[in-house]
Amino acid sequence: MSSKETRIKVREPEKTETVEHLREHKTFLPAVDIVETPEEFRLWVDMPGVDKKSIEVTLEKNILTIKGHTPMVYPEGFTLNYAEYEVGDYERSFTLTETINQDGIEASYDNGVLMLRLPKVDEVKPRTIPIRTS
Amino acid sequence: MSIEFYPRVSPWREIERIQREVNRIFNRLSGLEETPYPPLNIWTKDDVAIITAELPGYRPEDIHLSIKDGYLNIRGSRKPAELKENEVFLRQERPAGEFERSIRLPFEVNSEKIEARFHDGILNITLPRAEQDKPKKIQIK
Repeated sequence: MSSKETRIKVREPEKTETVEHLREHKTFLPAVDIVETPEEFRLWVDMPGVDKKSIEVTLEKNILTIKGHTPMVYPEGFTLNYAEYEVGDYERSFTLTETINQDGIEASYDNGVLMLRLPKVDEVKPRTIPIRTS
Repeated sequence: MSIEFYPRVSPWREIERIQREVNRIFNRLSGLEETPYPPLNIWTKDDVAIITAELPGYRPEDIHLSIKDGYLNIRGSRKPAELKENEVFLRQERPAGEFERSIRLPFEVNSEKIEARFHDGILNITLPRAEQDKPKKIQIK
Protein backbone atom coordinates (compact mmCIF):
# COMPACT_ATOMS: atom_id res chain seq x y z
CA MET A 1 0.00 0.00 0.00
CA SER A 2 1.41 3.37 -0.90
CA SER A 3 0.47 6.98 -0.53
CA LYS A 4 1.98 8.79 -3.47
CA GLU A 5 0.97 12.26 -2.60
CA THR A 6 -0.08 13.54 0.73
CA ARG A 7 -0.19 17.26 1.03
CA ILE A 8 -2.75 16.85 3.67
CA LYS A 9 -2.69 16.59 7.41
CA VAL A 10 -5.43 14.52 8.94
CA ARG A 11 -6.85 12.68 11.87
CA GLU A 12 -8.55 14.59 14.54
CA PRO A 13 -7.26 14.07 18.03
CA GLU A 14 -9.47 12.18 20.33
CA LYS A 15 -11.38 14.45 22.62
CA THR A 16 -10.37 14.41 26.24
CA GLU A 17 -13.43 13.42 28.14
CA THR A 18 -14.52 15.65 30.93
CA VAL A 19 -17.91 14.02 31.23
CA GLU A 20 -18.04 10.27 30.83
CA HIS A 21 -20.19 8.91 28.08
CA LEU A 22 -22.22 5.86 28.83
CA ARG A 23 -22.22 4.59 25.30
CA GLU A 24 -19.20 2.65 24.14
CA HIS A 25 -18.42 5.32 21.66
CA LYS A 26 -15.36 7.38 21.19
CA THR A 27 -15.74 11.09 20.70
CA PHE A 28 -13.52 12.92 18.25
CA LEU A 29 -12.73 16.55 17.71
CA PRO A 30 -13.90 17.29 14.19
CA ALA A 31 -11.60 19.22 11.86
CA VAL A 32 -12.98 22.68 11.13
CA ASP A 33 -12.51 25.64 8.86
CA ILE A 34 -13.72 28.94 10.26
CA VAL A 35 -13.90 32.10 8.23
CA GLU A 36 -14.71 35.46 9.72
CA THR A 37 -16.16 38.17 7.54
CA PRO A 38 -17.30 41.61 8.64
CA GLU A 39 -20.89 40.30 8.73
CA GLU A 40 -20.65 36.72 9.93
CA PHE A 41 -18.71 33.61 10.92
CA ARG A 42 -18.76 30.68 8.51
CA LEU A 43 -17.89 27.22 9.79
CA TRP A 44 -17.30 23.95 7.99
CA VAL A 45 -17.15 20.96 10.29
CA ASP A 46 -16.01 17.56 9.01
CA MET A 47 -18.40 14.98 10.45
CA PRO A 48 -18.46 12.09 8.00
CA GLY A 49 -21.14 9.50 8.58
CA VAL A 50 -23.05 11.27 11.33
CA ASP A 51 -26.77 10.92 11.61
CA LYS A 52 -28.03 14.28 10.32
CA LYS A 53 -30.88 14.28 12.84
CA SER A 54 -28.48 13.86 15.74
CA ILE A 55 -26.53 17.05 15.01
CA GLU A 56 -26.87 19.59 17.80
CA VAL A 57 -25.65 23.13 17.57
CA THR A 58 -26.00 25.20 20.70
CA LEU A 59 -24.96 28.72 21.45
CA GLU A 60 -24.95 29.54 25.11
CA LYS A 61 -23.65 32.93 26.02
CA ASN A 62 -20.75 33.07 23.60
CA ILE A 63 -19.88 29.39 23.57
CA LEU A 64 -20.77 27.52 20.42
CA THR A 65 -21.00 23.75 20.80
CA ILE A 66 -21.38 21.29 17.95
CA LYS A 67 -22.26 17.65 18.53
CA GLY A 68 -23.03 14.77 16.23
CA HIS A 69 -23.68 11.09 16.77
CA THR A 70 -22.39 8.50 14.33
CA PRO A 71 -24.41 5.31 14.13
CA MET A 72 -22.24 2.20 14.19
CA VAL A 73 -23.17 0.58 10.92
CA TYR A 74 -21.03 -2.37 10.00
CA PRO A 75 -21.32 -4.45 6.87
CA GLU A 76 -23.13 -7.53 8.06
CA GLY A 77 -21.10 -10.69 8.34
CA PHE A 78 -17.89 -8.89 7.41
CA THR A 79 -14.74 -8.77 9.50
CA LEU A 80 -12.70 -5.62 9.87
CA ASN A 81 -9.27 -6.62 8.62
CA TYR A 82 -7.50 -3.36 8.41
CA ALA A 83 -8.34 -0.02 10.03
CA GLU A 84 -6.98 3.49 9.75
CA TYR A 85 -9.91 5.34 11.18
CA GLU A 86 -12.33 4.74 13.97
CA VAL A 87 -15.99 5.51 13.99
CA GLY A 88 -17.22 7.75 16.76
CA ASP A 89 -19.18 10.80 17.75
CA TYR A 90 -18.01 14.33 17.20
CA GLU A 91 -18.00 17.19 19.63
CA ARG A 92 -16.29 20.55 19.73
CA SER A 93 -16.80 23.96 21.33
CA PHE A 94 -15.63 27.44 20.46
CA THR A 95 -15.74 30.73 22.26
CA LEU A 96 -16.99 33.43 19.96
CA THR A 97 -15.62 36.89 20.41
CA GLU A 98 -18.63 38.67 19.03
CA THR A 99 -22.35 38.66 19.66
CA ILE A 100 -24.32 36.47 17.29
CA ASN A 101 -27.82 37.07 16.05
CA GLN A 102 -29.29 33.77 17.24
CA ASP A 103 -32.31 33.97 14.96
CA GLY A 104 -30.16 34.31 11.89
CA ILE A 105 -28.10 31.12 12.34
CA GLU A 106 -28.20 28.82 9.33
CA ALA A 107 -27.05 25.20 9.30
CA SER A 108 -26.83 22.55 6.60
CA TYR A 109 -25.24 19.10 6.32
CA ASP A 110 -23.93 17.92 3.00
CA ASN A 111 -21.42 15.24 1.97
CA GLY A 112 -20.36 14.73 5.58
CA VAL A 113 -19.76 18.40 6.32
CA LEU A 114 -21.82 20.59 8.63
CA MET A 115 -21.88 24.16 7.42
CA LEU A 116 -22.88 26.99 9.74
CA ARG A 117 -23.43 30.67 9.19
CA LEU A 118 -23.48 32.77 12.32
CA PRO A 119 -24.42 36.37 11.58
CA LYS A 120 -23.06 39.02 13.87
CA VAL A 121 -25.58 41.35 15.48
CA ASP A 122 -25.85 44.68 13.75
CA GLU A 123 -24.20 46.67 16.51
CA VAL A 124 -20.87 44.98 16.04
CA LYS A 125 -20.76 45.30 12.28
CA PRO A 126 -18.08 47.80 11.44
CA ARG A 127 -19.55 51.12 10.57
CA THR A 128 -17.97 54.09 8.99
CA ILE A 129 -18.46 57.13 11.10
CA PRO A 130 -18.29 60.31 9.14
CA ILE A 131 -16.23 62.97 10.77
CA ARG A 132 -17.48 66.39 10.12
CA THR A 133 -15.04 69.13 9.89
CA SER A 134 -16.06 72.63 10.49
CA MET B 1 -6.75 -33.31 5.15
CA SER B 2 -4.40 -30.42 5.06
CA ILE B 3 -0.87 -29.84 6.12
CA GLU B 4 0.32 -26.35 6.87
CA PHE B 5 3.94 -25.46 6.82
CA TYR B 6 3.51 -21.78 7.52
CA PRO B 7 1.51 -20.00 10.14
CA ARG B 8 -1.72 -18.58 8.81
CA VAL B 9 -1.24 -14.93 8.07
CA SER B 10 -4.03 -12.83 6.68
CA PRO B 11 -2.75 -10.93 3.63
CA TRP B 12 -4.40 -7.76 4.99
CA ARG B 13 -2.52 -8.00 8.24
CA GLU B 14 0.67 -8.53 6.38
CA ILE B 15 0.01 -5.45 4.23
CA GLU B 16 -0.79 -3.49 7.37
CA ARG B 17 2.40 -4.59 9.02
CA ILE B 18 4.51 -3.66 6.01
CA GLN B 19 2.78 -0.32 5.72
CA ARG B 20 3.34 0.47 9.38
CA GLU B 21 6.96 -0.38 8.94
CA VAL B 22 7.34 1.80 5.85
CA ASN B 23 5.43 4.66 7.48
CA ARG B 24 7.65 4.48 10.50
CA ILE B 25 10.76 4.80 8.36
CA PHE B 26 9.35 7.74 6.39
CA ASN B 27 8.01 9.46 9.45
CA ARG B 28 11.37 9.21 11.07
CA LEU B 29 13.00 10.72 7.98
CA SER B 30 10.54 13.55 7.50
CA GLY B 31 9.82 14.17 11.16
CA LEU B 32 6.12 13.95 10.44
CA GLU B 33 3.53 11.70 11.97
CA GLU B 34 1.18 11.53 9.04
CA THR B 35 -1.38 8.92 8.21
CA PRO B 36 -2.02 8.31 4.55
CA TYR B 37 -4.99 10.17 3.10
CA PRO B 38 -7.77 9.32 2.91
CA PRO B 39 -7.93 7.09 5.99
CA LEU B 40 -9.55 3.82 5.09
CA ASN B 41 -10.91 0.64 6.58
CA ILE B 42 -11.03 -2.75 4.92
CA TRP B 43 -13.68 -5.35 5.61
CA THR B 44 -13.73 -8.87 4.23
CA LYS B 45 -16.14 -11.76 4.04
CA ASP B 46 -15.45 -14.90 2.05
CA ASP B 47 -14.82 -13.65 -1.46
CA VAL B 48 -15.78 -10.01 -1.06
CA ALA B 49 -13.83 -7.04 0.29
CA ILE B 50 -15.32 -3.68 1.25
CA ILE B 51 -13.12 -0.63 1.42
CA THR B 52 -14.50 2.44 3.17
CA ALA B 53 -12.81 5.84 3.19
CA GLU B 54 -13.64 9.07 4.98
CA LEU B 55 -13.80 11.89 2.46
CA PRO B 56 -15.93 14.63 3.97
CA GLY B 57 -16.51 17.66 1.78
CA TYR B 58 -15.85 15.85 -1.49
CA ARG B 59 -18.55 15.36 -4.07
CA PRO B 60 -18.80 12.02 -5.90
CA GLU B 61 -17.55 13.71 -9.09
CA ASP B 62 -14.38 14.83 -7.26
CA ILE B 63 -13.32 11.23 -6.59
CA HIS B 64 -11.81 8.93 -9.22
CA LEU B 65 -11.34 5.20 -8.84
CA SER B 66 -9.47 2.81 -11.07
CA ILE B 67 -8.10 -0.71 -10.94
CA LYS B 68 -4.90 -1.76 -12.60
CA ASP B 69 -2.46 -4.63 -12.05
CA GLY B 70 -3.96 -5.63 -8.75
CA TYR B 71 -3.99 -2.11 -7.31
CA LEU B 72 -6.97 0.06 -6.53
CA ASN B 73 -6.18 3.69 -7.16
CA ILE B 74 -8.14 6.46 -5.44
CA ARG B 75 -7.53 10.06 -6.33
CA GLY B 76 -9.37 13.29 -5.92
CA SER B 77 -9.18 16.95 -5.18
CA ARG B 78 -11.05 19.55 -3.21
CA LYS B 79 -10.59 23.27 -3.34
CA PRO B 80 -10.36 25.19 -0.11
CA ALA B 81 -12.85 27.98 0.55
CA GLU B 82 -11.94 31.14 -1.33
CA LEU B 83 -11.72 34.31 0.63
CA LYS B 84 -12.74 37.77 -0.40
CA GLU B 85 -11.26 40.94 0.92
CA ASN B 86 -11.93 41.45 4.64
CA GLU B 87 -12.39 37.70 5.14
CA VAL B 88 -9.96 35.71 7.27
CA PHE B 89 -9.45 32.11 8.26
CA LEU B 90 -9.62 31.69 12.02
CA ARG B 91 -9.12 27.94 11.64
CA GLN B 92 -8.10 25.95 8.61
CA GLU B 93 -7.78 22.32 9.56
CA ARG B 94 -9.77 20.50 6.90
CA PRO B 95 -7.71 18.72 4.27
CA ALA B 96 -7.81 20.36 0.85
CA GLY B 97 -5.85 19.95 -2.32
CA GLU B 98 -5.07 16.78 -4.21
CA PHE B 99 -4.57 13.27 -3.00
CA GLU B 100 -3.71 9.98 -4.60
CA ARG B 101 -3.45 6.60 -3.04
CA SER B 102 -2.99 3.05 -4.29
CA ILE B 103 -4.01 -0.02 -2.39
CA ARG B 104 -2.78 -3.48 -3.25
CA LEU B 105 -5.73 -5.81 -3.48
CA PRO B 106 -5.37 -9.21 -1.79
CA PHE B 107 -7.06 -11.00 -4.65
CA GLU B 108 -8.01 -10.57 -8.28
CA VAL B 109 -11.20 -8.56 -8.49
CA ASN B 110 -14.08 -8.91 -10.90
CA SER B 111 -13.94 -5.35 -12.19
CA GLU B 112 -17.37 -5.66 -13.80
CA LYS B 113 -18.96 -6.10 -10.42
CA ILE B 114 -17.25 -3.40 -8.40
CA GLU B 115 -19.70 -1.09 -6.71
CA ALA B 116 -18.83 2.31 -5.31
CA ARG B 117 -21.18 4.50 -3.32
CA PHE B 118 -20.63 7.81 -1.65
CA HIS B 119 -22.85 8.91 1.19
CA ASP B 120 -22.41 11.53 3.91
CA GLY B 121 -18.71 11.87 3.21
CA ILE B 122 -17.99 8.15 3.27
CA LEU B 123 -16.87 6.25 0.20
CA ASN B 124 -17.85 2.60 0.14
CA ILE B 125 -16.32 0.27 -2.46
CA THR B 126 -17.43 -3.33 -2.76
CA LEU B 127 -14.90 -5.57 -4.49
CA PRO B 128 -15.94 -9.13 -5.36
CA ARG B 129 -13.23 -11.66 -5.99
CA ALA B 130 -12.88 -12.83 -9.57
CA GLU B 131 -14.26 -16.30 -10.21
CA GLN B 132 -10.98 -17.59 -11.69
CA ASP B 133 -9.08 -16.40 -8.63
CA LYS B 134 -11.23 -18.20 -6.07
CA PRO B 135 -9.48 -21.06 -4.32
CA LYS B 136 -10.43 -24.47 -5.61
CA LYS B 137 -11.09 -27.31 -3.24
CA ILE B 138 -9.21 -30.42 -4.18
CA GLN B 139 -10.90 -33.61 -3.36
CA ILE B 140 -8.61 -36.31 -1.99
CA LYS B 141 -9.65 -39.72 -3.08
